[in-house]
Amino acid sequence: MTESKTPKKQIIPNKHPMPHQDPVERAKNFNEVALGYDEETAVAEAQRCLQCKKQPCRQGCPVEVFIPDFIKLVAERDFAGAIKKIKEKNALPAVCGRVCPQENQCEKYCTLGKKHEPVAIGRLERFCADWELAQGVLPQETAPATGFKVAVVGSGPAGLTCAADLAKLGHRVTIFEALHVAGGVLMYGIPEFRLPKRVVQAEIENLKKLGVEIITNAVVGKFATVDELMEEEGFDAVFVGTGAGLPIFMNIPGENSCGVYSANEFLTRTNLMKAYLFPDWDTPIKVGRKVAVLGGGNVAMDAARTALRLGAEESWIVYRRSEKELPARHEEVENAKEEGVKFAFLTSPTQIFADDNGWVKGMECLRYELGEPDDSGRRRPVPIPGSEFTMDVDTVVVAIGQTPNPLVPRTTRGLELGRKGNIVADPETGATSKPGVYAGGDVVTGAATVILAMGAGRIAARSIHDYLMNKKAQS
Amino acid sequence: MFRILDKQVLSPVIKQMVIEAPLVARKCQAGQFIILRIHEEGERIPLTIADFDREKGTITLVFQEVGKTTIQLGSLEAGDSIRDFVGPLGTPSHIEKFGTVICVGGGVGVAPVFPIARALKEAGNHVIGIMGSRTRELMFWEDKMREVCHELFVTTDDGSYVRKGFVTDVLKEVIEERGKDNIAMVLAIGPQPMMRACCNLTREYGIKTVVSLNSLMVDGTGMCGCCRVTVGGRTRFVCVDGPEFDGHEVDFAELARRSATFRVEEQRAMEHHQCRCGQGCGGGR
Ligand SMILES: Cc1cc2nc3c(=O)[nH]c(=O)nc-3n(C[C@H](O)[C@H](O)[C@H](O)COP(=O)(O)OP(=O)(O)OC[C@H]3O[C@@H](n4cnc5c(N)ncnc54)[C@H](O)[C@@H]3O)c2cc1C
Ligand SMILES: Cc1cc2nc3c(=O)[nH]c(=O)nc-3n(C[C@H](O)[C@H](O)[C@H](O)COP(=O)(O)OP(=O)(O)OC[C@H]3O[C@@H](n4cnc5c(N)ncnc54)[C@H](O)[C@@H]3O)c2cc1C
Ligand code: SF4
Ligand code: SF4
Ligand code: FES
Ligand SMILES: [Mg+2]
Repeated sequence: MTESKTPKKQIIPNKHPMPHQDPVERAKNFNEVALGYDEETAVAEAQRCLQCKKQPCRQGCPVEVFIPDFIKLVAERDFAGAIKKIKEKNALPAVCGRVCPQENQCEKYCTLGKKHEPVAIGRLERFCADWELAQGVLPQETAPATGFKVAVVGSGPAGLTCAADLAKLGHRVTIFEALHVAGGVLMYGIPEFRLPKRVVQAEIENLKKLGVEIITNAVVGKFATVDELMEEEGFDAVFVGTGAGLPIFMNIPGENSCGVYSANEFLTRTNLMKAYLFPDWDTPIKVGRKVAVLGGGNVAMDAARTALRLGAEESWIVYRRSEKELPARHEEVENAKEEGVKFAFLTSPTQIFADDNGWVKGMECLRYELGEPDDSGRRRPVPIPGSEFTMDVDTVVVAIGQTPNPLVPRTTRGLELGRKGNIVADPETGATSKPGVYAGGDVVTGAATVILAMGAGRIAARSIHDYLMNKKAQS
Repeated sequence: MFRILDKQVLSPVIKQMVIEAPLVARKCQAGQFIILRIHEEGERIPLTIADFDREKGTITLVFQEVGKTTIQLGSLEAGDSIRDFVGPLGTPSHIEKFGTVICVGGGVGVAPVFPIARALKEAGNHVIGIMGSRTRELMFWEDKMREVCHELFVTTDDGSYVRKGFVTDVLKEVIEERGKDNIAMVLAIGPQPMMRACCNLTREYGIKTVVSLNSLMVDGTGMCGCCRVTVGGRTRFVCVDGPEFDGHEVDFAELARRSATFRVEEQRAMEHHQCRCGQGCGGGR
């Protein structure tokens, strides 16, 4: 330890750059954009870390990954030790290392970041996870069987994490997933070029090795309700992690024209159904020459970049506020710009025009200016009267947000719901108003992030375990 | 994997299959549908639950071969398996004792009408069935329909069987004969133009008419919005809010336009399929 306390450590001001596929090339393919660090770069980047005593970076991570500890192990080339350290807190490092909004989380609080660029914590996390995947993941230990059965509804990051933790504690876990593959948004939403599906599937294979059973094609609320799972199928507890899958539309005239997609439809056709491989794969998608994507979040960036890859000549982000307010990750905005995505800020559509066949042929928009700050503290966009103009587009993707799918909330007796149809759950425990039923992830918080969903799954697993042990003690 | 237990060829382009799907069979009700995917590269397509056997854990499908996926499905045999099969989806039919109801099935629409007619009969309604097809060769399930209808009228567009005329012609005759006030409800399922024509007719008489819509779909759980349709001026999702709606409120023109969204690609998929599988699966018909 004395060694790392050397007072005059040489500071390298910038992150080691992430190797990327060339923007011109990559805008035409679905291969991963960010290629990952090699061992030498990872070690060099890890050496930038100051090993701060107070570990401010950890406070920025929603699951408090032991950041300095794992980085130290990377610097020492003990990659196996490093990934083990990460996994003590984070069950999906290959995913989080790629998609976490690090600039608002761990890296935001990094001491180095005050004067220079922060340590590339996310990239290092990804490096360790990829290193492990390349080696073949070692089977994890599980506690002796408890005899309890837990149902996990939904296989997004919340459900996957909850299931893994419960299985390790010795419970018999069955995941019910509505779609034909597990993974939730990681499979159907986030594109291949940002999160390769093999990475997600590798995590799911690990879960199966822990003994978790995954039943796909199983819509809870349809083939059975949560109550039936508990009363008829003998599940002792249920975790609901059904996400926020319901698309919001603008409710403007012309929105049901052909060529108007929700981001969910656009991305599901492309990612889950692999429409970019049509006609070798059966599911079609159609993008025109000029695509407008409405919204400014990660989902909008993903849609706009996907549109280019599907052959659109122009792909526009149409956003009500200004560049500063874009909710998408900074890195993804940069990637999008590099690939040629264009931005129409302070602009919002008022109606969509269709041709005689019902296909989009244009979009009327209003220009906005920023007024007084609103409840969220951001300056409210106000329309400029008489500023109407028509954008020449033939495809529109609506990416203005999602709300929880009401299927499980509506079919479960005694579940308290929030104003937006979300399930109310105690953030400390994941407990809902219904005994034995826990919930977490986007279905509780509304559309949020992978790491928050994961953290919620982890917390709920802990409480479910306590609940079951209590039940055992009482019987 | 979901096994095909039985296959019947009802007409050269209409096939019936019994699929082993116990989870679906246990809970399904009249008016609901499933979504299937034949193989890994396949698309998800919705098909109505035409019949079910809770004890045996089976679902009966009847489908018309109209494109790549249905043709490929039709080429499978008993003993083969389907990769994905999810359901029961959609809101079940609203069943209660209405009085006299007319159930109209056009073409392959007879299959989805059957379980609803049966449920309506069991609920104590007087069920009048009308079934029609383009020609005799495409007619199926007349016997099954007869079992669940108190009266059954059969017609063919070309007059090759029983009588000549569209289902709407028969519908009009029945309404005129019984008097519009004696008919509580009409249920019409079939090709979009047929449902539209039935609704235009019953609107004149002011008879409540329920239709089952066949919009494009992907997930079937309310996630993608691909199935949206305007009903009574509001956007609804066919997969979760439907598939049944008040036919007098449906914007059929919009539905028809949206259904045609991928016409060109569907044609391409067919050509690609035929050139890959040669004559083998009957792709050319
Ligand atoms: C396009 C896109 C890009 C994103 N990019 C990022 C990013 O870069 N970084 C980041 O941190 N976050 C990102 N997010 C957000 C992040 O993906 C979500 O917050 C996270 O996936 C939520 O996890 P979850 O487990 O709560 O739900 P989900 O991932 O939504 O999973 C829910 C699962 O439940 C299933 N389900 C739903 N209803 C039922 C039912 N009745 N029965 C059975 N199964 C059911 C669904 O099919 C789904 O598989 C993005 C989201 C999208 C859509
Ligand atoms: C709720 C519902 C229940 C249905 N029940 C039946 C049934 O019991 N029997 C039956 O024969 N048909 C039924 N259909 C229609 C059936 O889904 C389509 O015929 C089938 O998807 C065509 O696929 P294809 O690849 O063979 O043909 P394609 O050449 O791809 O398409 C032919 C036409 O079918 C429609 N279609 C294509 N893809 C889809 C899709 N993913 N979802 C919905 N429609 C699509 C389009 O209008 C298209 O123009 C139902 C549709 C819905 C929505
Ligand atoms: S999980 Fe996310 S926030 Fe936490 S350390 Fe890893 S990248 Fe940073
Ligand atoms: S704050 Fe930054 S420099 Fe300090 S320990 Fe964490 S990662 Fe290393
Ligand atoms: S089919 Fe996706 S929402 Fe209805
Ligand atoms: Mg098709």
